[in-house]
Amino acid sequence: MEQVKCECGHVNPIGTVLCEACGKPLEEVPMLLDMRYEGSARRSQTYNQTIVDKIWNFFSSVKVGVWLIVITLVASAIGTIYPQQMYIPPTVSPAEYYEEQYGWLGKWYYALGFHDLYSSWWYMLLIALIGVSLVICSLDRVVPLYRALNNQRVTRNEQFLQRQRLFSRSQVKDYENALPRVVDRLTKRGYRIREENGNILAEKGRFSRWGPYVNHIGLIVFLIGAMLRFVPGMYVDENMWIREGEIKEIPGTNGKYFLENKTFILEVYEKEKEKEAFQAAIDRVGSGMMAKNYQTDVVLYERVGPVVAGEEPKLKKIKSFSIRVNEPLKHDHYALYQVDFKLNELKSMSFHLTDKQTAKSFGTITVDLIQPEKEYDLGNGYKVQLLSYFPDFYFDENGNPNTRSKVPNNPAFVFKMFAPDRPKGEVSFTAIRQTIEPFGDNKYKMAFAGVDTRHVSALTVRRDFTLWILGIGGTIFMIGLIQGMYWNHRRVWVQRINEDVLIAAHTNKNWFGLKKELEGIFNDTPFVMPIDQVDKRS
Amino acid sequence: MKGKRFWLRTVILAIMLAAIGYTIYSNVFVEKRAIQVGDSAPDFVLTDLNGNKIQLSDYRGKGVFLNFWATWCKPCEKEMPYINSQYNVYKNEGVEVIAVNVGEAKVTVQTFVDRFQLTFPVVIDQQDQVMNAYNIGPLPATFLIDKEGKIVDIITGAMTEEDVKKYMERIKP
Repeated sequence: MEQVKCECGHVNPIGTVLCEACGKPLEEVPMLLDMRYEGSARRSQTYNQTIVDKIWNFFSSVKVGVWLIVITLVASAIGTIYPQQMYIPPTVSPAEYYEEQYGWLGKWYYALGFHDLYSSWWYMLLIALIGVSLVICSLDRVVPLYRALNNQRVTRNEQFLQRQRLFSRSQVKDYENALPRVVDRLTKRGYRIREENGNILAEKGRFSRWGPYVNHIGLIVFLIGAMLRFVPGMYVDENMWIREGEIKEIPGTNGKYFLENKTFILEVYEKEKEKEAFQAAIDRVGSGMMAKNYQTDVVLYERVGPVVAGEEPKLKKIKSFSIRVNEPLKHDHYALYQVDFKLNELKSMSFHLTDKQTAKSFGTITVDLIQPEKEYDLGNGYKVQLLSYFPDFYFDENGNPNTRSKVPNNPAFVFKMFAPDRPKGEVSFTAIRQTIEPFGDNKYKMAFAGVDTRHVSALTVRRDFTLWILGIGGTIFMIGLIQGMYWNHRRVWVQRINEDVLIAAHTNKNWFGLKKELEGIFNDTPFVMPIDQVDKRS
Repeated sequence: MKGKRFWLRTVILAIMLAAIGYTIYSNVFVEKRAIQVGDSAPDFVLTDLNGNKIQLSDYRGKGVFLNFWATWCKPCEKEMPYINSQYNVYKNEGVEVIAVNVGEAKVTVQTFVDRFQLTFPVVIDQQDQVMNAYNIGPLPATFLIDKEGKIVDIITGAMTEEDVKKYMERIKP
């Protein structure tokens, strides 16, 4: 019931268009045969019984696959209209941000998950469905194709031959003697020859037909690799800012590793220091304008003993290293890359406690801008208290001093200055180029005496156990591509039916090349070169 | 033949469905944090403004309202008084508050605490270690921890006083 028997005796699966063995059309087909998939039965289009079959058949359609790709493409395009979540200011809530900035469109953009497209469930589902379509489409085509190519006989049905694109029919005198020359030429051109009752099938490059399927296997492996990123521990991608002199936990390592930033180095190309050959190039951009090296000298430590967050860690030095662009520090599959920097962040500020009238100084205090002291004793009854500290100072909407962050970008202080003649103290609000005396005229002031700065380096922390899978997937992908691109599957049939000699040829691509090859083969022989029936008709 | 095909297709579809299901589930429906509701809360030790060591594991048997905040964060500033007043109600019922500042200067934190007269322990995460362990993103972030040390809920964003009350009720032992 599920099979069709051809007159040649071969039993084909139902839905077969051209008999697998002799090529005789089993259904009504156009004059020139459609040789895609060798006219084999695509099973999906024939069985449609259970729900599993129905799902399977849905995904077996290339049309469905193409639509899935188109939808994904459109969604990706829409995802570029407004900025993705990672590019909006980190301090704002995305739910409010999109609506505020882009109105109701922004609201829907956020609600539908376009703001973080690659992580939205329906986008992932689309990609996954493309994967499913890929697997099922491939399986449904590669199996019948393999069967058809494997079952093909040398001797073909007459109809099959005369309905090939390249075909000739002629009478050849002395066929038996003329044939070996042709066979010889075919062999020299790399064809494998099969002979049966004086008929010939010459074939080469069949392996090219598997290219697309190998390519799809590569894609599937690649998708599996991408999927593995979501398995905990397989993929770490974090960022850290670290100041010179600081020791910090490396994020993404679960408190296991710490890093010390010894120093950050930025080097530039300078005219005096470079060889003659570079002078013109340096002149073009200006001396000192072109970066030569970004480098962080670090020490890597491992925490000894159990991890309790916040506890002062016991550290064991592992190694010192200079991280430069593209020269990451690697340890335990983690890699730390140089990614950004900030020059001259304020580290500390110094002030003289000064008599405003006489300009006499009664000592100098140095305020650490990360962890300032509460009190600075200058002796002889002079001292300074720090009442408030705003590392990143601004006046908020109520007119009160406030801070934007904990980074000392614009430090401001509320000092209370004590002197023997001012035992109750005077309050002064001191910011950069700004002094406010909230409780009237003071006798003393905090005179700016200088700053100390240091550089901050930004590093990316990476650990990726999926890379090798992606690599394998990509390699298989390329192999499949090359296999299908640079080889052609060519076949030549020479067959005698009664007194006529039929010659037919087929290739899966590059008909021009095949025709050139056939000219070389049938030249100076009694055989008639096959004619392109597509050309002939038009 | 027919049975074989059915099973083959079913198995292939099932494998693909499982892979897709897992990926989407683990990526979308599980919060993208190292730490999730239902996990046991990572232990930590930090020093409060008076120099006392505060260790989370010492609070077993009590509900812990763990709040991450900064002085520059406006919603934090708004909800601090709510937390403070509800703390005064619920501390007698076994709910403790630990407010973790995200590593600001002690002077800055002290000024803030004095201004709002906060009575619960305020600790400073000087080295970002606790923030890393709890994977803190935008502020404020609040973790509700029950008497067994399990995370009951994670709240990001501002809370009303009514919210604070409701949350403390949830972790009351």
